[in-house]
Amino acid sequence: MLQLKNISKSFGVVQALSDVDFEIAAGEVVGLIGENGAGKSTLMKILGGVHEPSSGEIFIDGEAVTIHDAKAAERLGISFVHQELNLLDNLDVAGNIFLGREPRRFGCIATKQLHDMARPLLEKLGLRIEPHTALASLSNGQKQLVEISKALSMDARLLILDEPTSSLTLQETDTLLALVKKLREQGISIIFITHRLAEVEQVADRVVALRDGELAGELEGEEIHRDRMISMMIGRELKEVYPENEPSLGNVVLDVKNFSTTRWPHGDTSFQIRAGEILGMAGLVGAGRSEMAQALFGVDPSPSGTLSVNGAPLKRGQVRDAIAHGVFLAPEDRKASGLVLEMTICENMTLNSMSRFSNRGRINPSRERSQTAQWLKEFGVKAPNVEHTAGNLSGGNQQKVVLAKWMTLAPKVMIFDEPTRGIDMGARHEIYQAMVELARKGCAILMISSDMEELLGMSHRIAVMCEGHLTGTLEKNEFSEEAIMNLAVQIHQNVPA
Amino acid sequence: MTDTATNFLSQLLSRYRKESCLAIVLLFVAFWTIFFSRDTEANGFIQSLIDSRFLSARNLENLARQIGMYGIFTLGMGLVIITGGIDLSVGSLMALFGSIFFYSLTGAHGWIPAMPWSVAIVALMLVAVVIGAFHGWLVAKIRLPAFVVTLCGLLGYRGLAQTITHDTSIGYFDSKFSVAGLESLLTGKLFGLPAAFIAFLLFSALMDYVLHLSVFGRYLLALGRNEQAARYSGINTVLVMAFAYVACTVLAAVAALFFCLYTSDVVPSMHGNFFELYAIAGAVLGGCSLRGGEGTVVGMIIGTTVLLILQNMVNLLGYDSSFGKVITAIVILGAALVDRFEIWKLVYRRGS
Repeated sequence: MLQLKNISKSFGVVQALSDVDFEIAAGEVVGLIGENGAGKSTLMKILGGVHEPSSGEIFIDGEAVTIHDAKAAERLGISFVHQELNLLDNLDVAGNIFLGREPRRFGCIATKQLHDMARPLLEKLGLRIEPHTALASLSNGQKQLVEISKALSMDARLLILDEPTSSLTLQETDTLLALVKKLREQGISIIFITHRLAEVEQVADRVVALRDGELAGELEGEEIHRDRMISMMIGRELKEVYPENEPSLGNVVLDVKNFSTTRWPHGDTSFQIRAGEILGMAGLVGAGRSEMAQALFGVDPSPSGTLSVNGAPLKRGQVRDAIAHGVFLAPEDRKASGLVLEMTICENMTLNSMSRFSNRGRINPSRERSQTAQWLKEFGVKAPNVEHTAGNLSGGNQQKVVLAKWMTLAPKVMIFDEPTRGIDMGARHEIYQAMVELARKGCAILMISSDMEELLGMSHRIAVMCEGHLTGTLEKNEFSEEAIMNLAVQIHQNVPA
Repeated sequence: MTDTATNFLSQLLSRYRKESCLAIVLLFVAFWTIFFSRDTEANGFIQSLIDSRFLSARNLENLARQIGMYGIFTLGMGLVIITGGIDLSVGSLMALFGSIFFYSLTGAHGWIPAMPWSVAIVALMLVAVVIGAFHGWLVAKIRLPAFVVTLCGLLGYRGLAQTITHDTSIGYFDSKFSVAGLESLLTGKLFGLPAAFIAFLLFSALMDYVLHLSVFGRYLLALGRNEQAARYSGINTVLVMAFAYVACTVLAAVAALFFCLYTSDVVPSMHGNFFELYAIAGAVLGGCSLRGGEGTVVGMIIGTTVLLILQNMVNLLGYDSSFGKVITAIVILGAALVDRFEIWKLVYRRGS
């Protein structure tokens, strides 16, 4: 039914997709898998009309088509059910299904007709809810089904489900998977994107894996097996970007006990990091790693748990207490939380350490400038001068400023959240060297990363999180991508339902 | 020597590009007023300009006093706008503060005892700190929108002023203690300049120091641009933001002192009407961005001055005062458009 040929897409210098072929027949369920950043979303956004491919062709029923926007996709019978639901909480179910296409009478919405139109759609999905039910009163699972009925109401022939089960309970997931099978029987094609490989095993006729924007392999029917899927998603050699990194471990510096976060209040994470050690933290997106980092640093409150640095306990949720004890966080999103983009490099560098550059509240601009200039040289930040606006730097240089801002303050515990996301190899290498150097000086390092190579290449130990829980810690001799992925998709058994 | 001078000038221009653009508007408005209020009977063109009604000692003194009074609370508003907030309660607070202050001089009101003016000023400032801290707490800690909090202030404080005064005008002539010192302090002159103007200059110098040289000012600008990044840098954003509201309310109280002695009686339903809007206009005209994180003291000074010269022009040239509002509106809108399309960048591209 649908065929994609040699699809490539680049954003600036980043090649998101290169030469991807993909096809799906009517009434087929294809599981699309891949690590974060492998290009799944980009491929689907091309189908949904959000992006246009840089090169390549799209055929529907053998005819070449172009998809300029979401409306065009809709006309071709392609429907997208997003991870974040696109529903309006203040309308009822029928109003959501037919939003923008309501039947009208005398310029007003014909409510009765609207509800009558919605009823058979809901019944078709086995949804036992009335069309006039307020959307806000539905559970996440029911909302997901409403979203699917909306897609069906537009005569969708191809349904793209993007992580449809990520916010559903187990029963809701079962209902959804049963529905997917039912829709297949009605001849609807379904692309099912998920991190949960067990679901793919259950429903997919075929599995396509992407890796680094390229096709990594396909499995059909009986071949679909968890282990084979994992090795397709990963499985490449480590390149020579990671510096020599023999640990010289000291005493325990950071001691975290029974820690939870506001996002996962039932989480119960305990771990220790010793001086000179780099603890990698792995997990899928949404596993609660960044929330953990923010709670440890104190920018987010945390409902329970204790943490101490060199035996001294810290107050939970107090950034300044964390900073006073030498616990620093280089946050994941450098534009939103790492930098004030409109301010100069110099102002950004010293914002967290003003007391060193001021005397009784008065800033000493020349000291601030000369120190920043020296730091920029040390970290190899390429900038015309220290008065340059931070927002005008390249991503790699911005990231270096964020890291340098904290690494120059002699941290005892340094938390890096995705330290090299979206950064080229050269800058990466320099950042890794700075991290190793920091560890050598006896700093305890927690490195959160979604990059397998980085985790395996840099860490001395790797802790893996899943849904707010620490599912396991791997020692160096147990390191393997399979082992990490196994722990990352392992749903914690002790979660109270 | 000339080199350092040009260097200094070009540095000044590049730092205050927006402001210098506005200064041109200021000069234009001032010259327009001088030209059309010139003394037609004077000898020669230059002399006729010098003898214009605009440049008369009385007019200039009056203008300086107005600029001083309006400027003081505009500074406070600018501080709040830099945090990304707004304070709509300033005008109503002027009425409330004026009433409280006069009552504390005369003791005419049941529960406000008569006190010497120096004590009354201290008491008023304490009240201002409490009110400002309340606003700051609601906005920065409880995270209510500043617009809503201070809109309630706009309604509430004027209503309160009208309630405690039974909606009658009050004066201070039967005060229990001598007020000669107070009058000379607030309505007197120093070096030929009105006290309000001198006070404005002092506060401006202080604000300029705080905003551009102190750690606190750096924090204020950082949190106005990106509150989250400021928090991630370990800045106590709640305290810094709340302080801006305290400063704004205290400066409103200072301006209220000058203003109530200038009018010599307070009509609670009228006193300070729309002052919050003049303050916002002055700050925005002076280059403060309502998105926060942007603004200079020099800009606020020029902004206030432009607004008041416009008003002065309308009075002097006998334009209909209703039409004067239209002119003011056009100038502010024009400044916003200039800002939106960053026209000042074109003007000074070569200079920088």
